[in-house]
Amino acid sequence: MATAMAKGTTESLKEQNRWQRSALRYLGRSRSAQVGLAIVALAITLSLGAPIFAGTDPSAMEPTAILQPPSAEHYFGTDNFGRDLWSRVLYGGRISILVGISVAAATTLTGVLIGTVAGYFSRLDNVLMRAMDILMAFPPILLAIGVMAILGASLINIIIALVIPYTPRAARIVRAEILHLREQDFIQAARSLGMTDFRLITRHLVPNSLTPLLIQQTFIVALAILAESGLNFLGIGVPPAVPTLGNILADARQFLRTSPWMALFPGLFISMLVLGVNLLGDGIRDVLDPRMRR
Amino acid sequence: MGSYIIRRLLAFIPTLLVVSFLVFMMTRLVPGDAAAMMLGQEATTEQREQLRQELGLDRSVTEQAITWYGNAFRGDLGHSYFLHQPVTEALVSRLPVTLSVTLFAMFFAIVVGISAGVVASVRHGRFLDWGVMLIAIFGLSIPVFWLALNMIFIFSVRLGWFPTGGYVPITDGFFEYLRHLFMPSIALGLAYTALIARMTRSTMLEVLQQDFVRTARAKGLGQRIVILRHALRNALIPIITIIGISAGELLAGSVITETVFNLPGVGRLIVDGVRRRDFPVVQGGILIITLSYLLINLIADLLYAWANPRIRYE
Repeated sequence: MATAMAKGTTESLKEQNRWQRSALRYLGRSRSAQVGLAIVALAITLSLGAPIFAGTDPSAMEPTAILQPPSAEHYFGTDNFGRDLWSRVLYGGRISILVGISVAAATTLTGVLIGTVAGYFSRLDNVLMRAMDILMAFPPILLAIGVMAILGASLINIIIALVIPYTPRAARIVRAEILHLREQDFIQAARSLGMTDFRLITRHLVPNSLTPLLIQQTFIVALAILAESGLNFLGIGVPPAVPTLGNILADARQFLRTSPWMALFPGLFISMLVLGVNLLGDGIRDVLDPRMRR
Repeated sequence: MGSYIIRRLLAFIPTLLVVSFLVFMMTRLVPGDAAAMMLGQEATTEQREQLRQELGLDRSVTEQAITWYGNAFRGDLGHSYFLHQPVTEALVSRLPVTLSVTLFAMFFAIVVGISAGVVASVRHGRFLDWGVMLIAIFGLSIPVFWLALNMIFIFSVRLGWFPTGGYVPITDGFFEYLRHLFMPSIALGLAYTALIARMTRSTMLEVLQQDFVRTARAKGLGQRIVILRHALRNALIPIITIIGISAGELLAGSVITETVFNLPGVGRLIVDGVRRRDFPVVQGGILIITLSYLLINLIADLLYAWANPRIRYE
């Protein structure tokens, strides 16, 4: 019996490995995933390596070189305080990437937690899902603005303000999967073998419910980056002294007529980063959700 | 259908009550003293005390909540400390701007989005399909405010075709009204145009593979009739859903568009309110936009049930 089960497990593992390999191969073949991955990798390398690539301090002011157009010395030109925009864009990119990844990771956690509890423990289902409905009643960007108004401007508050509106969607996806899985034979079998709720959830239910959520979460990275830059552009994100892509663009508004490069490069950086994430997301979705392959 | 509408309306009431309760709780949730935060460092103790009284922070939560609901129900959302004006009055004067931008943006998104999606699906795998989808994914990736800045730079600063911002009421001339709203509406609508185009294309591709489309073609109907009368009609149900979601988010998205284009709408009122810590204005603004958002979603759900009888009986 034990050997039979062990054999079954190895075979299912082999099956899984084969599937994963073919999925990776498919992802490798998908043109949009390749382009997306290349863009994202470039953006992450440049931003994480900002101290190496930037050359100058993003806050260092050079009063003799204000609003300079792009040149060999200042690739992206300088702003109204003579600060190097190439350096500010790279450091701003760090914040965008940090917020995008943190928000996606945190909503995965909260979504899995709430969705699993709601889906598995029927007594808590109603309470939790009604709470999620209430959060979904607010438009996401407005809920984020409201939370920022309450908590005040800071980086961690931006992350909190974005996790709150994006959690309900993640929780709903996980709950739907858990509800479906709960009735499957292999879960009934594991339960009748005396598996505890905790083990059942962590070993079988959660790992098997993750695929649809992971598809969604790539797009959450993109949405969070756009929302973060939006909040900073509106001046209700992080304190204005911190270089973020949104802050630079807000400052650039006044100088649009005379120094358009100040608005061009930070916006281009956000757009390319988000485009890369979206392309990668499309690629991942095509692999994990074969119905969408076309 | 009748009972479905009643069921949905009844479910709507508790949502309204809880949503407005959360909005009411905003000033209570501020860490520390909301009055001190609003007034800043220079305020005297008396000024703070007076504002605390005005905001009702000196009373118990229950007492305050009852007053808030009573007043809100009668259309009194409090007084703006900075605008020296009742919040309701400020909202009412700015609502036409927000509604105008949102409606134009929606119109643009629906017309262009559906057409582009249909064209892409008909030319599936060809150059045009590829081109439309490329523009669509760009549309989903560009931040609204950066798109707006580019449009202002090209069409206002360089070409001088459109004003850089501002609003002209329709009563001061229809042409100027449209000219001022043209760029904001397109900037706001582009992401949703892209979303609708992608959705239309993928549903159309699914529908076009079905037997009834082949039958329609086999009996000799022209391409136009097959695509518009047969395929698009059957593809519309998921498209209506995405339009419903988009309409609500467009309304909220006006927060950013109005700021870039200097439009005196509800969205900018909220942003200015947050910056000045003018809580009554922020509360009123969030409440009115959220209620409209809920109302639009409700209408979309009802339309969806009307178009798809299976939903009503669930």
